[in-house]
Amino acid sequence: MNGPHDLGGAQGFGPVAPERDEPVFHEAWERRAFALVLAMGGTGTWNLDMSRHARERIPAADYLGSTYYDIWRKGLERLLVENGLATSDEIASGQSVEEPVAVKRKVLADAIPAALAKGAPTTRDAAMPAAFKIGDRVRAKVMNPMGHTRLPRYVRGKLGTIVATRGVHVFPDANAAGLGENPQWLYSVAFGARDVWGPEAHEGDEIRIDLWEPYLERV
Amino acid sequence: MQEHRHNHHDHDHEGSHLDEVELRVRALETLLTEKGYIDPAALDVFIETYEKKVGPRNGARVVARAWADPDYHKRLMQDATAAITELGFSGRQGEHMVAVENTPDTHNMVVCTLCSCYPWTVLGLPPVWYKSPPYRSRAVIDPRGVLKEFGVTLPQETRIRVWDSTAEIRYLVVPMRPAGTDGWSEEKLAELVTRDSMIGTGQPLSPNSAA
Repeated sequence: MNGPHDLGGAQGFGPVAPERDEPVFHEAWERRAFALVLAMGGTGTWNLDMSRHARERIPAADYLGSTYYDIWRKGLERLLVENGLATSDEIASGQSVEEPVAVKRKVLADAIPAALAKGAPTTRDAAMPAAFKIGDRVRAKVMNPMGHTRLPRYVRGKLGTIVATRGVHVFPDANAAGLGENPQWLYSVAFGARDVWGPEAHEGDEIRIDLWEPYLERV
Repeated sequence: MQEHRHNHHDHDHEGSHLDEVELRVRALETLLTEKGYIDPAALDVFIETYEKKVGPRNGARVVARAWADPDYHKRLMQDATAAITELGFSGRQGEHMVAVENTPDTHNMVVCTLCSCYPWTVLGLPPVWYKSPPYRSRAVIDPRGVLKEFGVTLPQETRIRVWDSTAEIRYLVVPMRPAGTDGWSEEKLAELVTRDSMIGTGQPLSPNSAA
């Protein structure tokens, strides 16, 4: 979706403000919000792509006016309600009224180090050969889906070159919609900065983006 | 919450907003614990891991090894996930690593315009600026302007490659080894490797400044 999260190329946000000796978390609640998202993600009720999409669906003004971990909190609350794990009233009060729903797993402290070290690879076996190879010229499709996509607006319709094949990965557009993983070939695609932004961009600079095969068409 | 606000009516707006978020998160944790979905002890382990154990010193070790050991350098450039795992760093948000190397001709810089994708295994959790709209919006359209705000000016002839991490591939920038470090140990080299130099928004420290 063309949500507030799709920020590449937007203007008007002002300078970057790096903070010296920045702490990992700035407030105690940020620690808890961060960990709550990881712990609830670990229940297996939703996947990473659904989680991202929940944050993208926060109304634009609210999203842009929220700090990072507050966006995470709002995304989590949305997922809890949408999946029937809690009601808005329960979330506001902190009091459980409805019966809990059975979840697939519960993340236990002892199991975390091993689970984090293992991670959750998104590569899958290839069902089809790759349609593109390194050096191929491609165009990022013009599309404006209402659902989740990882094709940023700023490259849609632009011409680029395949510079690496990254294997077959879970396809977020399908996975976020609950349509299964629908794994697809993933490529790094190089776009000339001038092809994307026009003559004001620096000659020779480029942007390299990881794009799934369904986002691309042969030129 | 209403009552809480009344008790703190002398707080400024930012203060009362903070209180509200804090209460909201506390309520959420209480609720999810009561429902049996989470184990509060598990939250502590997540926090401890990313606040104390995983951070940019991991990445600095990888870069220092690559600077010091040509064979390791080769393995890192060919299969970064495996090479980084050799040093004991693997897993969440580092499942599919790619190392990109700076040269006099090419400077690499990493962003996630759509959210906040970042190589946790080697850099820890991202700083606020990395996740914020100014960096996410401008890194792709005005990388040189962004670099200037970090105090980095590149020669005109150096090409910039901005990697927008839209998928689950996580990028680690391998900065150029500073001159005047011949014969340095890996430990000493690692001290020159800053977090920002592994994102591409900074350069490594110079040998003189690290003393």
